[in-house]
Amino acid sequence: MIEVRNVFKQYGNVTALDDVSFTVNEGEIVGFLGPNGAGKSTMMNIVTGYLSSTSGEASVCGIDVLENPDEAKKKIGYLPEQPPLYREMKVSEYLNFVYDLKKCTLNRKAHLDEIMAVTKIANVKGRVIGNLSKGYRQRVGIAQALVGNPPVMIFDEPTVGLDPKQIIEIRNLIRNLGKNHTVILSTHILSEVRSVCDRILIINEGRLIADEKTENIARAAASDRKYTVKVAGPRRDVLRELRALNGVRLAEDTGDGDADGAVFAVEAERGIDIRKQMFNMLAAKGWPIMELTPRGMSLEEVFVMITDEDERRRTAPGTRGGREG
Amino acid sequence: MTAIFKRELRSYFSTPLGYVFSAVYLAVSGFLFALLTLRASSSDVSSYSSMMIFGFVALLPLLTMRSFSEEKRLKTDALLLTSPVSATGIVLGKYLASLTVFAGNLLLSCVYIISLGKYAAEHSPVSPARTFGCFFAMFLVGACFIAVGTFVSSLTENQVVAAVGTMAILSFFAAIALFNGMIDSYAIRTVLSWISLYSRFTNFTYGMFDFAALLYYLSFAAVFVFLTVRVTERRRWI
Repeated sequence: MIEVRNVFKQYGNVTALDDVSFTVNEGEIVGFLGPNGAGKSTMMNIVTGYLSSTSGEASVCGIDVLENPDEAKKKIGYLPEQPPLYREMKVSEYLNFVYDLKKCTLNRKAHLDEIMAVTKIANVKGRVIGNLSKGYRQRVGIAQALVGNPPVMIFDEPTVGLDPKQIIEIRNLIRNLGKNHTVILSTHILSEVRSVCDRILIINEGRLIADEKTENIARAAASDRKYTVKVAGPRRDVLRELRALNGVRLAEDTGDGDADGAVFAVEAERGIDIRKQMFNMLAAKGWPIMELTPRGMSLEEVFVMITDEDERRRTAPGTRGGREG
Repeated sequence: MTAIFKRELRSYFSTPLGYVFSAVYLAVSGFLFALLTLRASSSDVSSYSSMMIFGFVALLPLLTMRSFSEEKRLKTDALLLTSPVSATGIVLGKYLASLTVFAGNLLLSCVYIISLGKYAAEHSPVSPARTFGCFFAMFLVGACFIAVGTFVSSLTENQVVAAVGTMAILSFFAAIALFNGMIDSYAIRTVLSWISLYSRFTNFTYGMFDFAALLYYLSFAAVFVFLTVRVTERRRWI
């Protein structure tokens, strides 16, 4: 559906994209993840034909974006980082303009009414865009991308500036779109990709450093080996006993705690569930467990881990193999 | 292109710009007309039209200053450039919308001729050919100026820079017309008068149809429209 091959993008001396290749299949929702300035927007702008790449190819539905831009653009609905709204226009006027601009052939009224219903902006259709709140503007921006019902949707940070309720609505909307559209969305909010996307592409400093199914990344994040445990008992004794326990790789006093007890971080050896043992031992000693929380890595930590790993790989001497030349 | 043209035209009159421009245009043209024909007891509009094209230097940049710069500043150009419309379509849509607003005002100002026809002295009636020639030539010069303005607007994100930049370029053309006669060197004088938009104006004011001048004006406008198209396309490549 979307194919990007060996794309480089150079702004003067700055390399914004460095040999990026990926494919997005029909009906997939793919999340573009990366810190600010990593090249997410540049990548999306190239796929939509707004920018050109310095070298490399991008195609949508088998149509090359540079060779046949008009045909390719018909296949794409695009919400840029800043929604392209004309502030002096009314919402309905604006959508009619987009309808004409995209050379739409669907029934005008029915199609636009449907879009306004889906994005929940029908109640503001007579209002001037400049007077709308940020949440509504964002939704008008999304509505604009839906005009013409293009098979591919590209959203650059679609939920920025929305309140929590709207964020959930927009995520549901995108999830629904994903049922019969191909969707790429970019964000730096990890929970967003986790809740919406089938696949995650992580981009850092212009390079694609991970291309994984969301489940895999989530699994890597949800480790069953680390726990935080709060115990009502003497700190030093508890710590000593925890360390002595079979299968415990690491036990540390976090220094936290309150009247209920002290908080410890415990990590098990690979493949061993230490919860039962820990419970039995502490119960036998008469130190009740007040809280036991599995401490999976947050997606933020996974992200930091992946980017750090990548940096280490790149800066380590002698391991740059294949990247020269 | 039609969609952009219509939106552009509507946007002139859903923001103050269209009204402000029309008000200033009609005020200036009305004043000059009263001064140079009615007050001068003349039925000849050639001095009026010659003055007007100097007025255009200040007036027409108002019309074009925001056409592309505003789109860039508000990033609405992303919508246009990711729609199945060619850069030529975008530029022509915008150019023709500005031209239409200008032509509308020019047409409105033709009302003045009615009063002139009514009160002209019998021994010097209004000459239809000369009057038409003057207004037609004004339209051509305006079309060229608007092309320059659209081009400058595509170079910047700032409306003020676009307006002042356009005025600077148009002032250069006006300066050639005003001061060219003072240059000693024959060669420089000839070259400058060749690129002058003003020097080709004269034949029209005598009621002559100057085909060479028409062609010159049209190609001048076309060159700047083409340059604007190039700038718009080039935006993708930087």
